[in-house]
Amino acid sequence: MDEILKVEKLKKYYATPRGLLHAVDNVDFSVERGKTMGFVGESGCGKSTLGSTIIGLEVPTGGKIIYDGRDITFPTKKELKELRKELQMIFQDPFSSIDPRMSISDIIAEPLIIHRMYRSRQERTKKVEELMDIVGIARRYAYSYPHELDGGRRQRVGIARALAVNPKFIVCDEPVSALDVSIQAQVLNLLQDLQRDHQLTYLFITHDLSVVRHISDDICVMYLGQIVEKCSAAELYLHTLHPYTKALLSAIPIPDITIKKKRILMKGELSSPIEPKDQCRFAARCPYANEECYSSCPKLMDVGNGHMVACHKVHSLEDNL
Amino acid sequence: MVEKNIQNNETVLEVDDLVVHYNTEEGVAEAVNGMSFTLHKGETLGLVGETGAGKTSVALAIMGLLPVPPSQIIRGSIKLNGEELVGKKNKEMRSIRGDKIGMIFQDPMTSLNPVMSVGDQIAEVIRLHENISKGEASVKAGKMLEKVGIAADRYKEYPHQFSGGMKQRVVIAIALACNPNILIADEPTTALDVTIQAQVLELINDLKKDYGTSVILITHDLGVVAETCDRCAVVYAGEIVESGSLEDIFLHAQHPYTKGLFGSIPRLDVIVERLHPIKGLMSDPMTLPEYCSFYDRCDHACEECKQGEPACMEVSPGHIVRCRLAHPEAMKPESWEKGQA
Repeated sequence: MDEILKVEKLKKYYATPRGLLHAVDNVDFSVERGKTMGFVGESGCGKSTLGSTIIGLEVPTGGKIIYDGRDITFPTKKELKELRKELQMIFQDPFSSIDPRMSISDIIAEPLIIHRMYRSRQERTKKVEELMDIVGIARRYAYSYPHELDGGRRQRVGIARALAVNPKFIVCDEPVSALDVSIQAQVLNLLQDLQRDHQLTYLFITHDLSVVRHISDDICVMYLGQIVEKCSAAELYLHTLHPYTKALLSAIPIPDITIKKKRILMKGELSSPIEPKDQCRFAARCPYANEECYSSCPKLMDVGNGHMVACHKVHSLEDNL
Repeated sequence: MVEKNIQNNETVLEVDDLVVHYNTEEGVAEAVNGMSFTLHKGETLGLVGETGAGKTSVALAIMGLLPVPPSQIIRGSIKLNGEELVGKKNKEMRSIRGDKIGMIFQDPMTSLNPVMSVGDQIAEVIRLHENISKGEASVKAGKMLEKVGIAADRYKEYPHQFSGGMKQRVVIAIALACNPNILIADEPTTALDVTIQAQVLELINDLKKDYGTSVILITHDLGVVAETCDRCAVVYAGEIVESGSLEDIFLHAQHPYTKGLFGSIPRLDVIVERLHPIKGLMSDPMTLPEYCSFYDRCDHACEECKQGEPACMEVSPGHIVRCRLAHPEAMKPESWEKGQA
């Protein structure tokens, strides 16, 4: 397996007045080159923090991040700048992630200037025009400003800027959540085309299970800073094992009136990630929880076919299915 | 859940040929262009469409909450139990709002008053419309809180002490406090997580059954419509392009836009390699054409589509399509036949 990214025991804690907030807690995973790893979870589960920690926007509290054989957990300033050419990010909100006072061509050219990736002005302009063609923004918008563009086009500008330095790995943090469905489909198709044409690897973060199912090869389901289930996209939907994933899947309204499904209504809401006890973090909302679940935190374990689950009761639940 | 048993035809709300314009500095934005629909007693009608389709403008027009100026109801009528609402004075509308029509807004974080306890906010509505004492209103408000699944002893807490889902429950309690005939829910779950969304939709459904309220559910999510509505209207550029029962829309969609919407959504249960988005962007409400407003984005558009606005066609009882090509005798381009197969 050709791993481009390997994350080991990654931790990111924040100090709050009430104690340490465990935003990302002991997360292990690896991403294969040219594939898409999807991260899915509800708001507050730590998926965005994970993305920014990997890309170096947040300093991890502990653990290891290995990119292409190099340890990039605590990069120096110089290393970080070099890394930016390889690792890029597409942000959620196309309205606040680009500078409103810069023209579209300036926004896309900025990374080229920072990394001195052109020899002449003409070459730079040409590269910007190329990028605009790739992401599908008409060249007439080159001197427009972000407020003149709609959300879909703005997100394309964000994608063009991320692509400018020819990265190999892109963290997509909810790239389509702010867009309408018809535009969302256009952007998802674009991301898939780019992956194929430029051999990109994606870390795709979203709360939308349908989107993550569509675009990912492998999926990690996160709950309160931990991965609770990890397997291939097809496997996750065919053999859902973790009670949380099951409840999450059953909560999604399916646009088909011929399907009748039983909805598992979860009690309550996400508990606090501040100083969590050593117990299953989902136990309080889990319909199957017993004393064992409150006594220790379950480890992520392989149950066959590379399907990893963190649940004490996974074997007894399997029998019930 | 499809409810077959509540198909009585008592009309609660009738919107007819409603036209709403916004006069802006750059010109006139035609937000709602001749929308007509009816809402029967006890049913849930879904209004589906994308940003800027005019869904919220219709809701605000019904509530009498359109900001005038810049907006203006050009023509049309809105009848609540046979009573005309267009042209009513603000004072009259105030006695209807909250009493006969309740509304849930999209963002529970901004629709509550941050410096007033949640219980008092519910009691406020009750006191406005019912002639009862402060104490009685508080008792009623406490009961309302319990109804939406919040312990009554949280009466004195403030909105910031609640999570998003709990806040939306408070908003629902306010909207239903006076047992309105109609509840308008404008994207009630868009700001919430899926598991919380499921709880809130369930709550709206249960309360609807208990009170016999008719609901207009505004959403962009076809999945939500499939699970909660009885009938559905698809809105595009201020017009209803297709409306009918859930079966009509989900199994026998006729309008190219409706079909395009279904092609755009990634599905959990069906695996597709590639999505089939609708090309182009939403039409600009400032420069709507004289002909079919979906013309530029339609895969089946032909010369004849440019000749005037398409008429509404009833393709089967209750299933109305606003497309020239839906007519059984219309000359259909090849692409259309392919799309049908």
